[in-house]
Amino acid sequence: MVLSMNWLSDYVKINASPKEFSDRMTDTGSKVEGFEVLGEKIKNVVVGKILSIEKHPDSDHLLICQIDEGTGDSVQIITGAHNISVGDLVPVAKHDSYLPDGTHIKSGKLRGLPSNGMLCSLGELGLTSHDFPYAQEDGIFILQEDCKPGDDIRDVLDLNDIVVEFEITPNRPDCLSVIGLAREAAASYNVPMTLSKPRVKNVSKDNINDYLSVEVKDNDLCPRYTARMVKNIKIKPSPKWLRTRLRNSGVRPINNIVDITNYVCLEYGQPMHAFDYEYLKGGKIIVRRAEKGEKITTLDDIERNLSEKMLVISDAEKAVAIAGVMGGQNSEINNDTKTIVFESANFYGPSVRTTSRSIGLRTEASGRYEKGLDPENTLPAVERACELIELLDAGEVVDGIIDVYGKKAVQAEIDFEPEKINRFLGTEIPEKFMLDTFKMLDIEYKNGKLYPPSFRADLLCMQDIAEEVVRIYGYNAIKSSKFVAESLVGRRNDRQKYLADINRLLRGLGLYEIQTYSFISPKYYEKINLPEEKRRSVIISNPLGEDTSVMRTTALPGMLEALSTNRRKRISSCGLYEMAKIYIPKEEDSLAEERISTTIVFYGSGDFYTIKGYIEELLAMSGIKKYNVSAEKNNPSYHPGRCAAFSVNDKVIAIIGQLHPSVMGNYDFDCPVYAAEIDTEYLITAKNTVREYKPLPKFPAITRDLSLVCEKSLEAGTIQKAISKYAGNLLESVSVFDVYTDAKLGENKKSIAYSLALRSPDKTLSDEEGDNVVEKILKGLEKDFDIKLRS
Amino acid sequence: MKEKLHALYAKAMEEVASLNTSDEQISKSLEDFKVKYLGKKSELVSIMKEMGSLSKEERPIMGQLANDVRSKIEKAYGEAKEKVSKLELAAKLQAETIDVTLPGKCIAPGKAHPISAVQSEIEDIFIGLGFEIVDGPEVEYDYYNFTALNIPPEHPARDTQDTFYINSNVLLRTQTSSVQIHVMENKKPPIRVISPGRVYRSDAIDATHSPMFHQVEGLVVDKGITMGDLKGTLELFSQNMFGENTKIRFRPHHFPFTEPSAEVDVSCFACGGKGCRLCKGEGWIEILGAGMVHPDVLKRCGIDPEEYSGFAFGMGIERIVMKKYNIDDMRLLYENDIRFLSQF
Repeated sequence: MVLSMNWLSDYVKINASPKEFSDRMTDTGSKVEGFEVLGEKIKNVVVGKILSIEKHPDSDHLLICQIDEGTGDSVQIITGAHNISVGDLVPVAKHDSYLPDGTHIKSGKLRGLPSNGMLCSLGELGLTSHDFPYAQEDGIFILQEDCKPGDDIRDVLDLNDIVVEFEITPNRPDCLSVIGLAREAAASYNVPMTLSKPRVKNVSKDNINDYLSVEVKDNDLCPRYTARMVKNIKIKPSPKWLRTRLRNSGVRPINNIVDITNYVCLEYGQPMHAFDYEYLKGGKIIVRRAEKGEKITTLDDIERNLSEKMLVISDAEKAVAIAGVMGGQNSEINNDTKTIVFESANFYGPSVRTTSRSIGLRTEASGRYEKGLDPENTLPAVERACELIELLDAGEVVDGIIDVYGKKAVQAEIDFEPEKINRFLGTEIPEKFMLDTFKMLDIEYKNGKLYPPSFRADLLCMQDIAEEVVRIYGYNAIKSSKFVAESLVGRRNDRQKYLADINRLLRGLGLYEIQTYSFISPKYYEKINLPEEKRRSVIISNPLGEDTSVMRTTALPGMLEALSTNRRKRISSCGLYEMAKIYIPKEEDSLAEERISTTIVFYGSGDFYTIKGYIEELLAMSGIKKYNVSAEKNNPSYHPGRCAAFSVNDKVIAIIGQLHPSVMGNYDFDCPVYAAEIDTEYLITAKNTVREYKPLPKFPAITRDLSLVCEKSLEAGTIQKAISKYAGNLLESVSVFDVYTDAKLGENKKSIAYSLALRSPDKTLSDEEGDNVVEKILKGLEKDFDIKLRS
Repeated sequence: MKEKLHALYAKAMEEVASLNTSDEQISKSLEDFKVKYLGKKSELVSIMKEMGSLSKEERPIMGQLANDVRSKIEKAYGEAKEKVSKLELAAKLQAETIDVTLPGKCIAPGKAHPISAVQSEIEDIFIGLGFEIVDGPEVEYDYYNFTALNIPPEHPARDTQDTFYINSNVLLRTQTSSVQIHVMENKKPPIRVISPGRVYRSDAIDATHSPMFHQVEGLVVDKGITMGDLKGTLELFSQNMFGENTKIRFRPHHFPFTEPSAEVDVSCFACGGKGCRLCKGEGWIEILGAGMVHPDVLKRCGIDPEEYSGFAFGMGIERIVMKKYNIDDMRLLYENDIRFLSQF
């Protein structure tokens, strides 16, 4: 809402700078987005009278003018425009002047002759022919104003106004009007407001009922419909003061009738429409729901398909307007219009909103109706329109008003309990201040009860009243307090603590945490070769685009996008992880299963065993000692020979591996990429963070290294399990320290070396005891796998 | 004999004085000295052997003198040895000197994403104030996101949050405020929770908009909670988050689910309120929306507004991140370029 301060001063006198006014209004609840002092940028532009015109000797199109700028001397200015005559009054930008777009005009020479300024067009003053209909757009602005040479152009053209732009919240449609903001300003400054009742002085002898009938068929969607008629219309431009006010409020002047409807809408906040009576068939206005298949061409020249849910205004035959949205072309006023019907109606907000959204047409009117307008406002608004008709000499107002008003809204009644309000706010606002505030805001106080005005449908309970009081009193006058309440333990729960631990571990391992979008393109599944059955996703019905149209069931493809971004930027080594939700669809109409998932991706330094090490560390941190690692040959996202599944209690807890070459190709990776997908929800249930102290060993361990030769395909994990089995309970630890292959070992053979630590809790083991264990192991390995000691 | 002892002493002293270098031979020289003057076959021993030829009277005097000479040489030898070992150590340390300006060796740890880092910071402050952290669904029923928050179908406030719908009944939550309803349905007061998480709005991606972003919601419901308490809590939060001299400012606003409602500014943490580029000369930065929980919302969750009152607040994490680190383009937060991420 753009407010002209000149217009506001019709209702309330405010003595404050624009900045002070803006701050105060913001503090009391009408948020100011900014203000502009109009004409501020124009400097040194005055009215000039053309004394003589002659051709420039060295140019075909330039004219040399002598101008009277009101200083007594004549000033030479050269212009290229040809619509000027001697005696014309024109805007002159003098030497060292500024135009609204910041242009600095200085004396200079044009084709060798001095020119001491510039004659201005409408556009150069930031205006259009809508602002001054008599002026032509291309050429110098020939003034028809009452002015004399030397007058400041800002005064002459009424550019001296301050406009303030408000951001009005949807609960206050009453503030989308000059009167509404005047009321707020008056309350904010505790000064009186003058609001006069519009009055039509002369009316014709005939009556509106002689010409028109109004029938409201669907009064659930139209609580009130008020109409007045005007005949002998003289369509012409509005006077300058009205055009200026519209322009300063951001509305383009059109002609007197259209301007009046816009003016009233701005002033009263009540949308108005004018029908050409000649085109209302049968002299009827019927407010009804549209018929199936009904169509209307709106004022913007677009044919609109209507549905039975939409409310229309129709005559005896056809729809002439979409109620609360836009009028129809078939009843639009034109230069030959003789008789008009002013509509000032109240429509049900949600219905207007649905209609405007379904036909994709939002208008000034629909934006207002959506928020719920005051039905009491229709009558004063239509009266104001007719008052302006008289004032502008635009026609003859027909006697009588048609006013179809259904059931009036029940007025809210709220107990006034000042102590309760203060208790709720934590304030000590005097009762008198509250009562004064109610008076300023037109809230009636009677017998301990409060009755909000009809335009404040948002005031229903004590809390609403408390807000009214405290916003005028000042939010910042509320003293901060620390609430006294039952002590509660603020802490992260076990799950949250554990997730934080995982985060810390992964960062400690050198991985960067990233954040990727929860929604992805369905094509992303293709890029990681995800099996069809795992692609079922929660689908967004109105996505921004395909790229963000489904909720991910895996974070892997989004993370690979991020990883490839880094690779493209020639970063040599990069490790990333994300811990965030994935969304598994459930049955139709229920919510998704949202699971925390942790995904790691990296390229550069490290290999398969690096990512395996990450998971081993994670499991160790999680207190999970028993888990199984097995080769995973059939996961299509990964290299079939370099992929493994970690499982706990036979349930997979993580998949790790090197990406399948085709997946790498899909992301244009030129180096191996490794990934791990961790089922974090399962990890949370499997974790064991209870730690128990075990006494430190009293006796030393003895160590034995075994270099074994076995089949190349035999997995280290299998051998290790067998070692543990045959070693018995003296084995404290076993680990691989070397693997190599060599033709000397024999075809398809490899060497694998283990380091064993043996320890007894009761004594120092002898070499002999150690050798016995080794012997048992070697026998067992030979029997089971034909493994031999390397010679 | 006396003269012999004196001469021996003088010779030894002269010799020991020269043992003050740290060259490689010195240990041997020291050892030689010890053998020569203090060993079993030393000159001193051979002089002592002559004791037998002395008179009874002379014997103790000479014995005394010989012992004196011996202990003095021993002392001088000890001192020389200590001095030499000091010199040797100094030489060793000198030889082991390294270039301390060469770079360090370490596995460089990764870092938290700035959104997570700021989120944790916010969480920690509220945990300190006795708040719990709760989570809520992101794929949410329309009821929890809108209707239960006093935003029924066709309410104009729905326009301010362009919504992604799954179907007519299910959507991607546009605000973490939906968690308020879940909490109040499942828990009786006293309630003191925050709920951080992802929210979604149908805004095209540009420097200041993202269709997905993060919010933190806060909710307190108890007996006798006042708007002053809301202010006090947010003041404590802001001072912990942005610096102890931070001030806050409330501006009236409208949220359908709180009454009264406020937008909350904090004094600019870059300039302290004087006005700078970060706060666009205002001295204040808008950071929060807040208000007293609307009685209809309490009632809908089975909480009697006559007995209980509460406040709620919400803030956008990206906004705080961007202001805190002076980031001018939101897209950087989701591009995940490690050259960006490593800066925090």
